[in-house]
This record gives sequence, structure tokens and C-alpha cells, in this order.
Amino acid sequence: MKKVYVNEEWCLACHLCEYYCAAANSGAENMVKAFANGNKPIPRIQVEEGSGINFAVQCRHCDNPLCVKGCITGALSVKDGVISCDESRCVGCYTCVLSCPYGCIVTSENSKVIQKCDLCVKNNNGDPACVKGCPNKAIVLEER
Amino acid sequence: MLEKEGQVRIPAGCAISGFISREGKRICGDQIVKSISYMHDRSNGLGGGFAGYGIYPEYKDQYAFHIFYDSNEARVETERFLDRHFDVVNLSRIPTKKHPNITNEPLIWRYFVTPLPTKLAASQLDEREFVAQCVININDKISGSYVFSSGKNMGVFKAVGYPEDVGEFYRLDEYAGYAWTAHGRYPTNTPGWWGGAHPFALLDYTIVHNGEISSYDANRRYIEMYGYKCNLLTDTEVITYIIDFLNRKQRLCLEDIAKIIAAPFWSEIESDKYSEAEKQKLKYFRNVFSSLLVTGPFSIILGFDGGIMALNDRLKLRSMVAAEKDDMVYLASEECAIRAICPDVDRIWSPRGGEPIIVKLNNK
Amino acid sequence: MALNYFQPLFEVIRDKDRCIKCRACERQCANEVHKYDGDLDKMVSDSHTCVDCQRCVCICPTQALKIVDNPNTFRNNSNWSQQIMTEVYKQAETGGVLLSAMGNPKEYPVYWDKILLNASQVTNPPIDPLREPMESKVFLGKKPKNVTFNEDGSVNTKTSPTLELSTPIMFSAMSYGSISRNAHESLARAATELGIYYNTGEGGLHKDFYQYGPNTIVQVASGRFGVFKDYLETGAAIEIKMGQGAKPGIGGHLPGAKILEDVSRTRMIPMGTDAISPAPHHDIYSIEDLRQLVFSLKEATEYKKPVIVKIAAVHNVAAIASGIARSGADIIAIDGYRGGTGAAPTRIRDNVGIPIELALASVDQRLRDEGIRNEVSIVVAGSIRSSSDVVKAIALGADACYIGTAVLLSLGCHLCRSCQTGKCNWGIATQRPDLVKRLNPEIGYKRLVNLVHAWDHEIKEMMGGMGINSIEALRGNRLMLRGIGLNEKELEILGIQHAGQ
Repeated sequence: MKKVYVNEEWCLACHLCEYYCAAANSGAENMVKAFANGNKPIPRIQVEEGSGINFAVQCRHCDNPLCVKGCITGALSVKDGVISCDESRCVGCYTCVLSCPYGCIVTSENSKVIQKCDLCVKNNNGDPACVKGCPNKAIVLEER
Repeated sequence: MLEKEGQVRIPAGCAISGFISREGKRICGDQIVKSISYMHDRSNGLGGGFAGYGIYPEYKDQYAFHIFYDSNEARVETERFLDRHFDVVNLSRIPTKKHPNITNEPLIWRYFVTPLPTKLAASQLDEREFVAQCVININDKISGSYVFSSGKNMGVFKAVGYPEDVGEFYRLDEYAGYAWTAHGRYPTNTPGWWGGAHPFALLDYTIVHNGEISSYDANRRYIEMYGYKCNLLTDTEVITYIIDFLNRKQRLCLEDIAKIIAAPFWSEIESDKYSEAEKQKLKYFRNVFSSLLVTGPFSIILGFDGGIMALNDRLKLRSMVAAEKDDMVYLASEECAIRAICPDVDRIWSPRGGEPIIVKLNNK
Repeated sequence: MALNYFQPLFEVIRDKDRCIKCRACERQCANEVHKYDGDLDKMVSDSHTCVDCQRCVCICPTQALKIVDNPNTFRNNSNWSQQIMTEVYKQAETGGVLLSAMGNPKEYPVYWDKILLNASQVTNPPIDPLREPMESKVFLGKKPKNVTFNEDGSVNTKTSPTLELSTPIMFSAMSYGSISRNAHESLARAATELGIYYNTGEGGLHKDFYQYGPNTIVQVASGRFGVFKDYLETGAAIEIKMGQGAKPGIGGHLPGAKILEDVSRTRMIPMGTDAISPAPHHDIYSIEDLRQLVFSLKEATEYKKPVIVKIAAVHNVAAIASGIARSGADIIAIDGYRGGTGAAPTRIRDNVGIPIELALASVDQRLRDEGIRNEVSIVVAGSIRSSSDVVKAIALGADACYIGTAVLLSLGCHLCRSCQTGKCNWGIATQRPDLVKRLNPEIGYKRLVNLVHAWDHEIKEMMGGMGINSIEALRGNRLMLRGIGLNEKELEILGIQHAGQ
């Protein structure tokens, strides 16, 4: 299965992936609208930086996902290798947030339910927005 | 005023025809006239000409110079030059017959010459190079004088007009040779100058050519480095010089020359059609003689002492048909020109682009 | 300073409605033009340090940025232009030589744009490159004077060492040091994939790139940086750099700040020292000295590699080229006055040298007049901007073209002409690790491959239109060219007729 991988050698810490991710999942038709009126949609990817090494982190879509195991309502599930969240079933217990070893599950900006990377399968983006938006091919979608 | 050949480059379409008797039988000139006349529509009356080989057996050891003069002064000056460099064995006007369609004829003279031994020795050139340089000199330096034929036991006859009229004008039925080539010209403006008609000749090499080569200036600027002067700015002239250069000066055989001027494509060279050694050679030719690759449409018949060669451009952008009957080989732009003089050929085919047909006398 | 005599050259225009304050511009600007002001909760810009490299404009995810010329103007004066005045102020302030980078930007005539190409109509057919074979392979090197034959009568196919190019384009010399490691890697990989050559420039060759040796031209310049046995043996050809179009008559200066560990090892000079190339080669004060160096290099490499001599196009270029052709060199590279550089004194860049078009035309004709055109191949450089420039150069008589600026553009360069600052935001002309990594060679080399493929297609398209199906029939084929708006003298030098003739 193709997954998103990062290559820290080429990550410039421009943080654009965060903005492309947030905008793509905001439902807004473009980046400007997504951030209009002081809106700050929360990205599902986050750039870690420091001492010359930077990289973006998002859900690894683990083969043995602790978050899914720990989900008390069955909101998190694996389909075709992609771990995604059914927001209608999430009760905001944050067990998954605590159990994710990568810290890749975040709360959403305007409700209590969690949100996480689902490889953009649920939005209209097609390929993951972070991959498409990375200016230096530091984030790639590939089979490994 | 319209400019003549040499002042302007004039593209032309054409008809060509030629044949050879491998046995060396001497064939009357009226045959080639008949052949080319069947392609009347491929010419437009602005140039026609012939080359005959084996036509001067009585003077076969002398160079036969055919010269156009614009004036008697040019003739006097040229003859003075000839006297300084050659032993002139015989000279005369070339016999012609008044023809209603052939007008504005220049003075047309013929000389049978051998280089003066002292001059030749002093020049330290081989005989053919000496003669070639003298011809190029006359054409380049003496105004109003133009040597249009300079080989041994062969001759070129050309004029402004339809080729069949030119044949009558020069009374070609009175000549016989083992090989003949002919040319009917369709230039795209009015050259009005006899020297611009074809065949083009240097020593015993003659070329009749149909096409318009796109590589002209690349070829010209290369060949002019080696002492040739492309005064006429025609394709035929430059192709003749290329062949002279490769054959006489570089001592390459005609097969190799064909592989230089109509080089096989790289895709072909790299295919397994050729042996490793052949590949090496073809690559060498395309590297070393890259500027002699001739592109654009052409079909040519090269006449030389003892044979003829036909060659098409490598894409075969011009028509050419070949046929055989007994010891005869015929080549022409169109089949009709062959059938006109040999209705029942043994074999007739269309040679592929870039593949030369080389026919030599059996005893050569 | 209390008094600013000159104003910023550019002005950053930010569309506040579009800006989402993502701060990408701030993070990407090495000149620190953009800044997020937390108190105001908005992005602010200081145009003073902006060089108009367009990095922020390109990276902005909402197209909120524009860099425009500063509309502030001095009083209009046709003689004392704003630029000239600004330069005076600058020199009055610093007392220094003005430095700039890339090619001569002045409004001198561009002859490529005054030359038109031919096409076939009626009397001979154009050739469709999609249907018929169309060839652009070229060989560079000395051609034998005469064919020789082996004892068995077969043709002796041995020639002097030759470079074989899939298309008549090579990447110009740009040294490691003046450009980044990633830029070099992009060049090396692209040249290898394309079947052409790139040129190390005068900075030596990084050990990691020895693997691309068969597609590498190694340069020997007056500073002799990084020149040693392995280096010479690794390259496919050796180029002696006598001069450069952007700065004929002067040497080079790579500031110590750019001599970091890798560059220092590659150049074989201590870290942090300035790398200064002398104006002349101090062992070449005349043409016979050049001949000695040519043969020294050939001797060192067992006569297996062609030697290129690169010169800047200057007034008597034809005579110089004639001398070089007789020096034993296999290839002459001529660099016109619009050629790029990582740094040059502005006055030199803008006022010295001649256009490559005229230099090429006169060199090619001169070598033909002397009958020695086959002794050398001619490679031209100095602002070959497009495939049509290549076609025109070949038709004027070049065997191949070097492209440098177009290569940098492909890698992102926007010709801000500030290479000398070492703060290239595109990761090209810099050694700062955080900036260098902005050029991912994986992206870079593909863009170069794309560029050359695109040009090759276009070259073939134009050749086909002229009824030519192999590039060698275009070389020196000046009949395919016509001048437009050129005077008699220019036409005479170019050896072409005017349009309509």
C-alpha cells in the first residue's frame, strides 16, 4: 500500500504541508477561504524542526494501530490500510490521542471529536494535499 | 534585371535519365534524346543537357574541353590561357544545328588538350588535379568564359531549352557512346544562362540531378575549404565537387561515397544490419564527413569514366526507377522514359533511398 | 544611516485579503525581507534587502505576494538614469568596486532576435519529425585531414578523441563553490541521462560525482583548483579556461565564506581562504605557451581525451581562434559577452567583450578561409536562451552550444543577479546548508532533462521545417538564415542575407 513518507534531507520547514492539509480538510474551496475571518483550521500533519533537521509527521497508518485498539466506540477503523475516524461515533475521550506513539492524532478546532490524517481519501483532494503541496519532494506517497 | 546562375541560388525541379551498356557497346545519342523527351512535362524549357561517355574514341587520351564564350574577347583570353598550360591538339566550334526553340546561343568551342609537361611538372600536381585547377581557374577568373565539360573521351552538351530541342541543336544523333545521361530542367525562375543548365561536370565526373537539397550551404562552405569554388550556386555543382573530393582526392570508392552523402540513419547503423566493422566505418564517415551529408530531396545520376551511379536521398523524396535488359542498365525519373527506348525490360524496380546503383563497364 | 541616498530597488506588495499569515515567505527569505509581527498579527516586509529573487512569490500558497520595481523615481534624465545615479551613491558610500552576477543585462542588440529561419515550401518538402527519423547527434573533436587506409585496403576508422552528444547542447562550466553541491549533482545526473556533458568549472570535482565522469568535462583554469591526476583522468574531456564571457580579461574570486569543508577539499585549498583565480594563466602568456599546456594535459591523459580551449569573445576573436585551432586543441569554446557568472565587476560585465553571434560567425568563416575548420569543433556560449538560438548558432557554424543561464533558470533561478551574496534562496549559488537543501537534485535533474528534451524536440521541428533531417546538414548552413533590421556590415559579418533577398 502506498503511504506518505517524509525525507528529512529535503524538508525545508516551510510548513506549507500543514497549511495545505488544513485547507484540504477544511471543506473550503480554497486556501484563502479556509483561513478567512480569522479561521485557523488545524492541520493533521506537523513539521518538527530543530538544529538543521526538519521533517513532517503525520499518521503512519500502522499495521498494528494502537489508536484503533484503544478506541472505545469503534470510531477509528482500518479500511484498505487507511486508518480513519467516523466523527459521528467519536465521543472525544482522547484515548487515541494518548496512545498514538507519534502524536499524530489531534483535536479539531471547533468540536470535541478528534481528527487525523486519512491520506485525503475523504476530501476532494485526490492525492494527499501535503504531498502535492511540498515544494521540495520532502513528502512523498509511495509503496515501500 | 533577373540575376543569372551564380548571382542567385535558383531551386529547380527536373527530369533525369541515363543508361549504360556494360559491354561497352556504343549507342547513338538519339536514344537518350528520345528517352528524356518522354518526360517533357518535368521540364519547362529553361534548361536541358546531356553527357555522353566514350564519344571521342579518336581523342581518348586528350581532355576534351567544351567551353561557352560570351564574346570573342573571352575566347581569345581563354585560348591564351590554354596555350600557356596545355598542348592543344585540336580545336573547333562544336557543330550545332539552328533550332527555332534554341536562342541566344553563346560561342561554343571544343578543345582536345593535354597538359604541357613542363607546366605539369612545375605545378607538382598530379595530372587530373592540374586539369581540374585550370578549369576552376578559367571559370572563376575569366569573365565570359565557362568550361562546361573537361573529361577524357566524354562530353557534355547543354543549353537553355527543352532537352529534346537541345539534343537536336547539338546533333547528338551524330555521336555514339557506351553511356549517356540527360537532364531536363524546371527552374523556379528564368536563369537564361547556358552554363546554368545541367549536367554539371568536372573532369570526367558529370552529374544530372533532380531535387533541391536543404544541406546546400553546409555542403558548399565545407567543400570550398578544399579549393573548389561554387560559382553557380547549384546543387548539382556542389554534389559534383563532393564526389570529386571523396573519390579522386580521398580515394574512397563509390559505395562508401554513397554512405557519406546519403548516410544511413543512426537507428539503422546501430541495428544488427551491419557488422561491427561496418558500424565503425559508418560512424567514422558520419563523424569525419558530417558536413558532406546531403539532405533534402535528390535523385542523381553520376557519370564517370567507365560507369554510372544512381543515388536517391535517404528518405527517397524524389522518384527514380531502374531497369535492366541484357547488358543494358537504365535509370530515369519515370518509367516511361525507360520504356520509350526499351519497351521489354528484363527487370524494373524502384531503388531504395540511400542505396546506390553502381554500374561499371565489364572490362573496367 | 540617517540619510538614504538611494531607495530600495523593489517593493513588496502583499495582498492582505489573500495572505493567510502562514509565514512561508518569512521562512524562505534568506534576505529577511518578510517578518510576522505578533503585535499587529500581520506579515510585514522590509523591501531594502529584497533582491527580487521571486522565491517568496513562488512559494506563497495563496499568491498574495508581488515584487515590483520601486515606483519611487528620481527626476527623469535620459543621460543620468536612476541606475547610474544609484551606482554613484553606492560607490560614494562604500568606496568599492561594484559587483554583480549573471549576464550582461544592458540593452545591446540581441542578434539571435534579428535572425530568421527558413522553411520549405513547394520545391522541396518539409519533413515531419513525428513520422520520419530526425537526427541531432553530433561529434566534437578534430577530424582527420585525409582518409587513410589499412593494409587490407579497408578504411582506417581511428580518429582523435571525440565527444559524442545526443543533441548539440552541453551544460556550461559552473564551479562547485560558485554553485551548490545539489546544483552540481543535478547537472551531472541530467547530463548522464541525456547523453551530453556538463562542465565542472574551475572548482574541481567532488569525489561523489566521479561516477558521472563519462559525461563530465573537467576544467583547468588559472587557479588550477582541484586539478590533479585523478581529476583529469575522470573527465571525458579537459577544458582549459582562458576566459569567460561575463568577465573577459579578469580572473575569479570565490570568497572564503563559501569555502566550507567540502568545497575546500574539492578545491584543495584551506577552509575559509579566498579562492582567487589569476587573470591570466601564469604559465600562458602567449599562444605557444597554450600549445604546451594543451599537450601537457594530453600527455598526462595519454592522448585519450579531447582538449577544449575556452575563450571569451573579444575583438580579435577570429585570430585568437585561428591560433587555438593550430595549438593542438580539439575544441574551441567561445563565450559571448552575455554569458553568466557568479560574480563579476559590474563595469567589466557590462562593457567588455562582443556578442557571441558575431564572434561565432567570424570565427567559423575565418577557420574555413584558412582551411582549418576541421581541426577543431566550435562550441558557443553566452546566452543561448532557447532552441531557436541553438538552431541559429548551428546554422551560423557552431558544432554545439553550452547553456548555463537556461540551466540555472530550470533549477529555479530568477536572475536576481545576486549570486555574489551567497544567499541564493533557490539553493543554487550558495553554500549555506539550509539554503542548499532547497534544491532537491531529484527534482533538479528531471527539470534539466525536461528542458533539453523539449529543446531537442523543437530543434528537430525547426530542422524538419527546413527539410533537413540531420543536424550536420544544418551546421554552417547560413543560407537557412536571413537577417531582419540589420545593416550591411552586420550582415556581412554574420555572412547572411537580409530577409527578402
